[in-house]
Amino acid sequence: MIRPEAQTLLEISDLHAHVEDQPILKGLNLKVKAGEIHAVMGRNGSGKSTLSKVIAGHPAYTVCKGQVLFQGENLLEMEPEIRARIGIFLGFQYPIEIPGVSNLEFLRVATNARREQIGKEELDTFDFEDLVNERLKVVQMDPSFLERSVNEGFSGGEKKRNEILQMALLEPTIAILDETDSGLDIDALRIVAKGVNQLANEDNATLLITHYQRLLNEITPDYVHVMAGGKIVRTGGSELAIELERSGYEWIDSDKNNQEVK
Amino acid sequence: MSFEYKNWINALPEPNGVLAKIQIEGRSLIQNLGIPSREIENWRLTDLKKLESLLTLPISKEQVQQRTPSSAELADQNDAGVRLTLSPNRNPLQLITLPYGIRELSKDEIKEIMKFKMSKIKSKVDWTKLLNHATANQIVGLNIKGTNVPSLELIMPANASEFSSTRIIINVEKGSKLELLEVVIGAKKSAQNHLIEINLEESAELKHGLIGLGVSEASLLAHLSVTQKPNSTYSLSSVQHGWSLGRCEQHIKQVEGQAQSIIRGLQISKGNEQLATHSLVSFDGPEGSLDQLQKSAAADQSHCIFNGAIKVPQKAQKTNAAQLSRNLLISENARIDTKPELEIIADDVRCTHGATVSQLQEDEIFYLQSRGITTDQATALLLKGYCQEILKGLPANAGRWGILKKLLEIVKR
Repeated sequence: MIRPEAQTLLEISDLHAHVEDQPILKGLNLKVKAGEIHAVMGRNGSGKSTLSKVIAGHPAYTVCKGQVLFQGENLLEMEPEIRARIGIFLGFQYPIEIPGVSNLEFLRVATNARREQIGKEELDTFDFEDLVNERLKVVQMDPSFLERSVNEGFSGGEKKRNEILQMALLEPTIAILDETDSGLDIDALRIVAKGVNQLANEDNATLLITHYQRLLNEITPDYVHVMAGGKIVRTGGSELAIELERSGYEWIDSDKNNQEVK
Repeated sequence: MSFEYKNWINALPEPNGVLAKIQIEGRSLIQNLGIPSREIENWRLTDLKKLESLLTLPISKEQVQQRTPSSAELADQNDAGVRLTLSPNRNPLQLITLPYGIRELSKDEIKEIMKFKMSKIKSKVDWTKLLNHATANQIVGLNIKGTNVPSLELIMPANASEFSSTRIIINVEKGSKLELLEVVIGAKKSAQNHLIEINLEESAELKHGLIGLGVSEASLLAHLSVTQKPNSTYSLSSVQHGWSLGRCEQHIKQVEGQAQSIIRGLQISKGNEQLATHSLVSFDGPEGSLDQLQKSAAADQSHCIFNGAIKVPQKAQKTNAAQLSRNLLISENARIDTKPELEIIADDVRCTHGATVSQLQEDEIFYLQSRGITTDQATALLLKGYCQEILKGLPANAGRWGILKKLLEIVKR
């Protein structure tokens, strides 16, 4: 929901970033306020995933210009774990498999790190199990997933549901979901979308990175941004996603303002 | 041969006890062989300075009381099992009534088993074993009979600044089952030489845990020799940690094939430690199987070594052997050497092997960091996952030793 008086959670100005000398973000600007849902769309290679990783602090990406403020604080100076603890959540496009590390323990350590940051009491094993069993319902996951190693042997849909389960436990202030819809069948997509909708409220915000309108049929964005050549080249309402689905991205090539991104 | 080494051998106590004859022979052999050199393949990477220095330590004398490990070192005892603490100069069986299913082997039985093993092993010179022959003056022999035998726990504590040797021989009778946990506990500047010989009769089953918990400047030279008769199952999980110089030799022979061997090994090194595992599995008959997984993780400037030999002669047709060595470099200055050594003559066999050396994956660390977990916590979690695969194979009573906590100390410093 768009509320002009709402607090600005994330403010990105003139962001330039590269990986291994390859410039990817080239002057990106974005402002996200509490209560809003933003969708970021664009062709492959336009910089969408890089944006998510730069916000989360992936060490492979170097920011060479610009700033990212989270609730007024300079996010770029913080280690990735600090960003997570203060409320940034990145839902991975390809969640990592970690053999031998129990999902339950991983979730408990992560949840307690976040709880400590927001002044909540650390949960012991028993209390955490109560909490996680309640949150499992958000993504309709079977408790047996908790006993397995993190994402190991999970199907694509199970991995994405596990990401949303983490989001439900960590209660982030801003959730960036990087192609959460990729690799999901229709039922799994609905479960994931329902979970995201359930967790969205007026105090937090969601940034959905997606290629397809089908996710946006389930989660209605307040803003849709189109990225090309490492920056946002167009912003509109949810109708923009429908237009993109119909007409594609060819208009970007004909727009003189975007010539550099060809 | 160095002057110090010769002096050390000459200063050993007069041969005595049941092993006196073996001591005399052993001393003569190690004197002739000298200290292993780099020319011997299995010793090529060994830190010989450390080896030489442990061969200057005085040997535990008969009159010296063996140290009782502190409660912090010892895990609580499992009520249902038997715990024996071995010292170099006393037979612990004199102090205990063994439960039904476990009895002391007579001298003649020990001789018989030794003779049988020697006829089957026909090994070249095993220096670590000969060192034990030269120095050990006690042997603990146990016979296992039955399928409901209490678990057995053997503890070998060291005395600080001393060299000590322990020797055990275990026979598991036909169709019998045992869970055996051995824990070797080092003391400051101690050196331990441990020899365990095991014979599994037909259809016998042994789940064996061998844990070496070293401390600063302590060394361990262990030799394990197992003979397996058909349809027996031998499952070994070994863990080495904390030794300045740690060496665990594991020789397993399926005397007629048709047996099952499962080996899991884990060594975690730090500082300037050097930990080595040298395994040799040989099949002297058809249809034997081996499933082996060895893991080493090295931090700081430490060094881990794994040599995994498998011998499949012509008569060992239809052998099914798999060996995997998975290694983790935790620091850029650490070193890991891993070498599979397969000698396969038989043509109708399935033998696979693989070795990987990797570092902790940046993507795994970042994934955990992005959930609020610090790099140190992430490293500990990943290492824990890495170790669990081996630790879960230890006998049930190993859980009380808090091994994982000790292993994870390398990231919590």
